[in-house]
Amino acid sequence: MAVTGKEITRILATDCGSTTTKAILIEKRDGEYRLIRRGEAPTTVEAPAEDVTKGVLNAVGEIEDLEGREFLRSTKDGIDVSPDGSGGVDIYMSTSSAGGGLQMTVAGVVKSMTGESAQRAALGAGAIVMDVVASNDGRLPHEKVSDIRRLRPDMILLSGGIDGGTIDHVVELAEIIRAADPKPRFGVGYKLPVIYAGNREAREAVAGELGGSMELKVVDNLRPVLERENLGPARDTIHELFMEHVMAQAPGYSRLMSWAGHWVDGAWEQVPIMPTPGAVGKLIEIVAKNEGIEVMGVDIGGATTDVFSVFGNQGESVFNRTVSANLGMSYSVSNVLASAGLENVMRWVPFRMDETDLRNRIRNKMIRPTTIPQLLEELVIEQAIAREALRLALVQHRELATGLKGVAQERTIGDAFEQTQSGATLVDMMSLNLLIGSGGVLSHAPRRCQAAHMLIDSFLPEGVTMLAVDSIFMMPQLGVLSEVLPEAATEVFDKDCLIRLGTCVAPSGVNRKADVLATVRIERSDGKTEEHPVRAGTMLLLPLGVGQRAKAVITPARGLDVGAGPGAVWSGELEGGVVGLVLDGRGRQPFELPADDAVRVKKLQEWSLALDTYPAAFFGKGGR
Amino acid sequence: MAFAYTPGLRVAGIAVVRKERRLPLKGETLVRVGDEVSADTIVARTELPGNVKMLNIANVLGLPPGDIPPLLTKRPGDPIGENDLIGQTKGMFGLFKNAVRSPIMGIFESYNEITGQAVLREPPIPVEIDAYVKGTVIEVLGGEGVVVEARGTFVQGIFGIGGEVRGEMKVVVRSPDQELTQDLLDESCRGKVLLGGSFVTSGTLRKAIAGGVKAIVVGGFDDRDLKEFLGYDLGVAITGHEKKGITLVLTEGFGRMTMAKGTFDLLRSREGLMASVNGATQIRAGVMRPEVVIPVEGQEIAETERIAGAMDVGSPIRCIRAPHFGRLGRVAALPAELQVLESEAHVRVLEVEFPDGERATIPRANVELIEE
Repeated sequence: MAVTGKEITRILATDCGSTTTKAILIEKRDGEYRLIRRGEAPTTVEAPAEDVTKGVLNAVGEIEDLEGREFLRSTKDGIDVSPDGSGGVDIYMSTSSAGGGLQMTVAGVVKSMTGESAQRAALGAGAIVMDVVASNDGRLPHEKVSDIRRLRPDMILLSGGIDGGTIDHVVELAEIIRAADPKPRFGVGYKLPVIYAGNREAREAVAGELGGSMELKVVDNLRPVLERENLGPARDTIHELFMEHVMAQAPGYSRLMSWAGHWVDGAWEQVPIMPTPGAVGKLIEIVAKNEGIEVMGVDIGGATTDVFSVFGNQGESVFNRTVSANLGMSYSVSNVLASAGLENVMRWVPFRMDETDLRNRIRNKMIRPTTIPQLLEELVIEQAIAREALRLALVQHRELATGLKGVAQERTIGDAFEQTQSGATLVDMMSLNLLIGSGGVLSHAPRRCQAAHMLIDSFLPEGVTMLAVDSIFMMPQLGVLSEVLPEAATEVFDKDCLIRLGTCVAPSGVNRKADVLATVRIERSDGKTEEHPVRAGTMLLLPLGVGQRAKAVITPARGLDVGAGPGAVWSGELEGGVVGLVLDGRGRQPFELPADDAVRVKKLQEWSLALDTYPAAFFGKGGR
Repeated sequence: MAFAYTPGLRVAGIAVVRKERRLPLKGETLVRVGDEVSADTIVARTELPGNVKMLNIANVLGLPPGDIPPLLTKRPGDPIGENDLIGQTKGMFGLFKNAVRSPIMGIFESYNEITGQAVLREPPIPVEIDAYVKGTVIEVLGGEGVVVEARGTFVQGIFGIGGEVRGEMKVVVRSPDQELTQDLLDESCRGKVLLGGSFVTSGTLRKAIAGGVKAIVVGGFDDRDLKEFLGYDLGVAITGHEKKGITLVLTEGFGRMTMAKGTFDLLRSREGLMASVNGATQIRAGVMRPEVVIPVEGQEIAETERIAGAMDVGSPIRCIRAPHFGRLGRVAALPAELQVLESEAHVRVLEVEFPDGERATIPRANVELIEE
């Protein structure tokens, strides 16, 4: 969507989250786009307000109060988007994940092939995939029918068959969908949107099955040949139908949609409302592309945790997004405990605690999700839970961010000893360059080193990795902005959104005899050189501030890898940040915490002191 | 700005309670606007489409899917009985015929010439919904259901399990800080909604189920007991569908927690009246809290309307997180500037004064308003 006409200098963007509506004001001042103000208010999609625009007006109202200027229409029933730059703002846009976000069921013939491709398309568009129906998923037809009916998806994506492949199985899936006849969550009177993105030769038969009873939209096959995915058309159509059908039914959204847009040469041009995760994904893709690096982003919310990644695969950059629908820090906090197990949460707590007490505390957070830790002890527990939520979200991401399965691979004699399979995960923590964390528990951690510590513990980056956090969860708004004004989005992202924490250096591999896993020699910008051993089982924090760079030569112990291959010396530049340079000698592949409880607690305390994660005095009191 | 938005749970002595009674699918409403209904009056009904059975006729008969239609003995829409003949091959000289029979009773819905599959559908499943509370029908939602309005006591809990039940309110403890123990249960509790005090265990719940108790309203419950009682660790807080034979409503939270005195006294004053209780809780998009509704006749509505969620100096509040979890007090001050907590977080806070005169500073997010 290119912009023509007058220059846009004042931008208002909101993100209607499941609990909070966040508004940001961006302005072009002295030739650069910068974040000026931020406001927030509770989301009002539920009773008693049942109108999402009320929360938007409140959040924008907070910006008005703080800025002492007006951005709402004089009637207070909308955003004042001016055609000539006279008042209000030049453009307004929004993302949304309120009301549970976009919930989809996807279908494909073979679960690990077209089923997975359909899942990737839906996830990439920002949906929560509630179920993957496939001809070979092990369920009987009537079980599939009742599952589709019970889940009541907002939309269904049906794929299956490469072009010219199976027709029978695809039509059978269409039959199952028709028999289920699921009723949408919002709006009793409208037809359920179904996107068909499968074998082009089955289009007619599928239309025959679904054409009358559903809102059927046919797009290009998302897996036209086994060796290639074509997810773009399906993703775009999901966005389109999300706007037209799903959002239009949710309370207040038709009004919100009418507000979002700007004037181009005297004519009103709408800016579509994007699903929040879809917008974040767009931004991550842009960052990876602009800088030519591998990026992973994680957004840990109250109800869900999203993981986005761009990794290289056979010379191409592949974007993936997964959503762990029930891993989060408030609504879903108990599910983290149920999924990870109490022991896994407790292993990150650097003091001993009664199990009944811990369980009750976590449950009380679940039933009153908006409360915040007042005591340090409570903060430590929340951050322990966050580590497990993040770890589990990464496990799920690894499983779906894979190469295409079922593809015949050409192997040369040189590949004979590399037992790689088609469909192996693309996630490679060694080649990863940048890891970005977002979401309250990371972005609002009282100390930035806590965010860095959580990211390192849960994602276990290997070799040399830059860590960063999204300062105030602006990524959704910047994602939708990137559609209209890409330069403004990247400028604000770089200057106001991304807070660089620093670089983590972590040797990976097995060498049980080595006391020193690597030696890091750095040359600072003033020419001073230092040498630091990365001792096994320790962490060390070196000062290296924001914008500072140091030349480094990292020599790993025999058999260990820091990015240049096992035993090979790595040289390059390390970038600093608000935390600094973290040398992590706790090991990777494998990473293990001490099994003995007393030793584990002692080690956790040591690492916390090394990184200045929690106040030193904390471990001195109460027998900790 | 001297107020904060902190929605509390509703505890109202007399309130107008409107309950939407909606069918899962469009159907038929059986009452009209103005009708007086009792809690068990059926107000709407519908029929859910029956379960589907897919039968691959081409496979059974061993023929290509396109050859099947002339061999079918049923047409789309025809009723079928269990074991009815659906189709058969011509055989050889009228012998060696292959036949396919219906595994279910219902309707022959369709046959697909590409897949060879027939869709057979079982008879529709009737669904009825009742009024849930005694009151008046004030709105008919087309064919989808009705809105029933009742006047009475309305208490929201914080968490519950089990669905809608009804029973007479009975008080079994002396004070809000007393635990509801097994020895307090006897034959007089059968069919009743019991008001407990601070705590209940899974053992007591089981004894209550055996004794025919309909529901228990109590301050707190241990999560460990919840896991043991349900047989699984509850992940996401979406409840109401448990079939445990009892509905449980917690008014305060997890752990041993004295029930708020106002809640306890109010429910105690309704002893002997019929209560409608629902444990269904959804803590995510579309928050739903468990509730106790007790229709009361002959009392004027004297409810004062407050601005939803507005908090001011003097507002009664409850602390909902450590270190003061469960304590009640009044807002003493609402400082505008952010303050630093022990956890080192910078947040908006308030000063609370407890009944014993002690004052404390706590995050605004960690209190809830109590309605007076």
